[in-house]
Formats: sequence, structure tokens, C-alpha cells
Amino acid sequence: MSEAAQSTFVYVTYIRTSPATLWSALLKPEFTQQYWYGMQMISDWKPGASWKLVFADGRIGDTGEVLEIEPPRRLVIRWHNEFRPELKAEGPAKCMFELEPTGDVVKLTITHTSVKADSKLIVAVSGGWPKILSNLKTLLETGKPLANERL
Amino acid sequence: MNDDGVFQALADASRRTLLDRLHRRNGQTLNELCAGLDMTRQAVTKHLSILQGANLIAVQRQGREKLHFINPVPINEIAERWISKFQRHHLRALSELKKALEEDDHE
Repeated sequence: MSEAAQSTFVYVTYIRTSPATLWSALLKPEFTQQYWYGMQMISDWKPGASWKLVFADGRIGDTGEVLEIEPPRRLVIRWHNEFRPELKAEGPAKCMFELEPTGDVVKLTITHTSVKADSKLIVAVSGGWPKILSNLKTLLETGKPLANERL
Repeated sequence: MNDDGVFQALADASRRTLLDRLHRRNGQTLNELCAGLDMTRQAVTKHLSILQGANLIAVQRQGREKLHFINPVPINEIAERWISKFQRHHLRALSELKKALEEDDHE
């Protein structure tokens, strides 16, 4: 395997919506709080701008910066965990959101990569992303998030 | 993308083997997935395309290689729909009980 030193997870979901609506749902706090367990991303959303992911109670979960932004198609974030020391010690990871319209649905691909092999951060986020994406899909397609057991 | 496609894709032991291999090590090439399997390369290619059609794997190009990644989102949707609402923690307790009892039998 060519990129043996990396850990990568890929999540793909197809959502019946428009790229513009999905883009706002990914970036706007009033949306993310509904499907991302009350979390919100805070940034000026320009290349090089600082970025942080904040818990509902105000604690900072992750920090980083916007590496690439191309609304409503592509967003790449340098992602550094702040709240779990063993994950923080791994250094930054990269999270890429890609939106591709196909017919009346949008294919959303999230690729989370750490330069570290067997990254614990990647394993930690891999438990979260499928649930967050199922919530997001339900919210956009029905107007209501799934019942949030973890809230 | 729909539940039928996911269940049909999962209803085949060879395809489940391929998913198990990606679960153990994510991001493999076709050659790596074929290695040590009792399946022709054409059969593996066909199974991978069915898994991709059901959105159970995602394919990404890295340099000159095509890497296959397991995509857990559709399985999570099935779990949310069919399992969560029937109280996952009770089911987990039952499956732990079953495991403990079956381990006792082997002693």
C-alpha cells in the first residue's frame, strides 16, 4: 500500500437536497447544533482562517484552520484535537468535505486523514461521523433530526 | 443507497469477506484485496462494484492507485432504523449474556 503511513476513513452519504442547502447545513451553527450533538464550527470561512469545533457547553473540542474553501463544493480543514490528551499528542489531521450533485441528490464525501498510522483520532471520529451523517440526512430530508439519545 | 440494495449486497459471503478485509485494513488496492482469496480477479471486481453501488465502499484515487474504503454510513442507517429504536442496550446485554454462557459451555 502506497500511503501505508496514513490512517484514513471515508464516509459517503447521498442526501436529497441542493448543494447550497447542504453547504449551509455543514457551516451554519443553527444547523449543525441540530444534528451534531449540539456542536458548532466557528470560523470566518476563508482560506487560512482559524477554525474551531465547540461543544454545546462552550468547551473547545478541536481547533485548526481552513486549508481550502470552495463553496458549495469543497472544504478542507486542518483538524487538531484539543480535549483528549492522547489524541492531541498525535498532531493535526485533515478533514475534507466534498459535495457533488448527481441528479436530485448530493453525494457528500467526508475524508478524515491522519499522517499517523493507526491514528487513535481517526478511530475516535469513526464512531461519530456515521451517526452525525445519518442525523444530517434525516434533518435535510424530513426537516427533523433523528431522536438524539446522546444529547 | 436504499435498504434493499444494502441488504442484497450483504447477502453474499464473498462480499462480506471483502468488507471484513477492509474493516481490518482500510484503503486497499484491488491487488491487495485479491491476495490470498479463492476468487478470480473478475469476481472480486464484480463484488466490489456491487458493494460500491450499495454505497458500502468508497473508492478514492491516490496517485496512480485506486484505494477501496469501507463506508459504515449505510450500515449505521440500518442500525438506527432497525436496532436503536428497539433499545440497543438491552440487546447488547443479551448478546453479552449469550457470549458468557457459550464460553462457559466450552470449559
